[in-house]
Amino acid sequence: MYWNARMECMPKEELKRHQFRELKTLVYRLYSFNNFYRDRMKEQGVHPDDIQSLEDIRKLPFMHKQDLRDHYPTKLFTSTRDEVVRYHVSSGTTGKPTLVGYTAQDIEFWTDSLARALTSIGIGTGDVVQVSYGYGLFTGGLGLHYGAERVGATVLPASVGNTERQLELMIDLEVTAIACTPSYMIHMGEVAKKLGIDFQRDTKLRKAVLGAEPWSEGMRQHIQETLGIQAYDIYGTSELSGPMFTECEERNGIHVWGDVAIVEILDPETEEPVPEGEEGELVITVLKKEAMPMIRYRIRDLTYALEEKCECGRTSARIGRISGRTDDMLIIRGINIFPSQVEHTLMNIPEVGEQFMIILDRKGALDVMTVQTELCPDHFSDKMSDMMAIKKKIDSDMKKYLNISVNVELMDPGSLPRFEGKAKRVIDKRVF
Amino acid sequence: MPRRHIIKQISVFVNNEPGRLAKIAKMLSEEGIDICAFNIAEASGFGVFRAIVREPDRAYSRLKERGVIVKETEVIAIPMQDRPGGLFEAAAVLGEEGINIEYGYAYSGKGGATFFIRVDDTESAIKALTDRGVKLMQEGDL
Repeated sequence: MYWNARMECMPKEELKRHQFRELKTLVYRLYSFNNFYRDRMKEQGVHPDDIQSLEDIRKLPFMHKQDLRDHYPTKLFTSTRDEVVRYHVSSGTTGKPTLVGYTAQDIEFWTDSLARALTSIGIGTGDVVQVSYGYGLFTGGLGLHYGAERVGATVLPASVGNTERQLELMIDLEVTAIACTPSYMIHMGEVAKKLGIDFQRDTKLRKAVLGAEPWSEGMRQHIQETLGIQAYDIYGTSELSGPMFTECEERNGIHVWGDVAIVEILDPETEEPVPEGEEGELVITVLKKEAMPMIRYRIRDLTYALEEKCECGRTSARIGRISGRTDDMLIIRGINIFPSQVEHTLMNIPEVGEQFMIILDRKGALDVMTVQTELCPDHFSDKMSDMMAIKKKIDSDMKKYLNISVNVELMDPGSLPRFEGKAKRVIDKRVF
Repeated sequence: MPRRHIIKQISVFVNNEPGRLAKIAKMLSEEGIDICAFNIAEASGFGVFRAIVREPDRAYSRLKERGVIVKETEVIAIPMQDRPGGLFEAAAVLGEEGINIEYGYAYSGKGGATFFIRVDDTESAIKALTDRGVKLMQEGDL
């Protein structure tokens, strides 16, 4: 079953010609109508006329997350406020978030991409899809919601949390597929076990679309075996619109629709392409995006690409499981966090010093983040109420800037490690 | 002058690290500092160790030199051996005067039981208590 058989199964050569035409149109459009892209291309010494083949994409300048921050909130937009129908926001590194805007057509492209993806894993009319990604500023909830509705499934917009209720609804409404983070899937399994719920016996759940945080083949096996369901990897970031691409039934790589995006895998040092199948940094150009085009966006995820036609008949390039990052971004319960955000938050709290350590661990299936920071002697009080007020202030500031609850541990001054050169402030004890 | 009724307490920050309290107790013993009474308040992730010691000023500076977060705090010591209801009487006086008791703890010494209290306004508390005939201890009495 294909959602758009013509585009999904277009012969490779034809698909490449199509990509080239789309790329050329995009580059001309941006060069003509947007200062940011024109200035960047001029700096790089490239003119749209220089793009003579698909490979010439390499002449184009890169875009980085920093560009989004530097042009916050809407300076990168190529659409007017009237044309923008939605914003999504993800956390930034120093308190400034990353804003993404969508035109009605952008929402359509996004929804269509997910409709193809969900169809490729056999989700459609007759399915009941529980969307247990966060609804709100995060793209996961609304993205999957629109995609699942588009393929004709019945959507249960469960969002995150209240696991017992989620399980009850899953049983009562005969949910057949779920979209959530892999760690939440494991957590649901554990809660179900405690409640005496057997997924195989008591639910109709057969498929899980899991992503938004790193996971492994080991976790997939574990989920499949303990819950008796099939698990599929999903990929995206807010800069690409949100979750966009998934594996198909073959589960041999994530299909990145060729008419939607161009995939490059580069050596992060030399910025040259690596041979097919070898690991490198994923760079994506989104061909279909109006409000906030992305050309050669360096997502900082490490993966490999497969170019040959998939067993399922689809011809687009596939990318493998994300194996790591080229920067220090942490993904905790699906939320992106940079250690610099923690530093920035602590710098504004006079009761503690600027040294810190981040310890990541799993409690059951859920990620737990602990921040250790040094108490300033001047602010020490023998009164517990004063001390609790300090702790509460740090807790709430962390929650405010990181969008995640953090365990804060107050330490003695001088007790945390000092680093010469590159600081190693993160201890990750999680097993993926 | 009610200041002679002020008892100095040392308060030490104790983080979550296992064995931290033992380390602090060891430092005090190495410095030859006698602990008369102590109390530990704990919260998730840290605690506060409060102690009445023989030489509070020396204890304070020694611990500070050794990198410990320490603070000197003023408390009031009420002898409990007098008669039944002594604690109630003292608490009632402070309540009437609108003085808050932050925390308190007791110890039983050779002269009987003593109750240490930390209030938000030590001098007013001493004045109110002594005016109402509540007996207070002095540092030398401990």
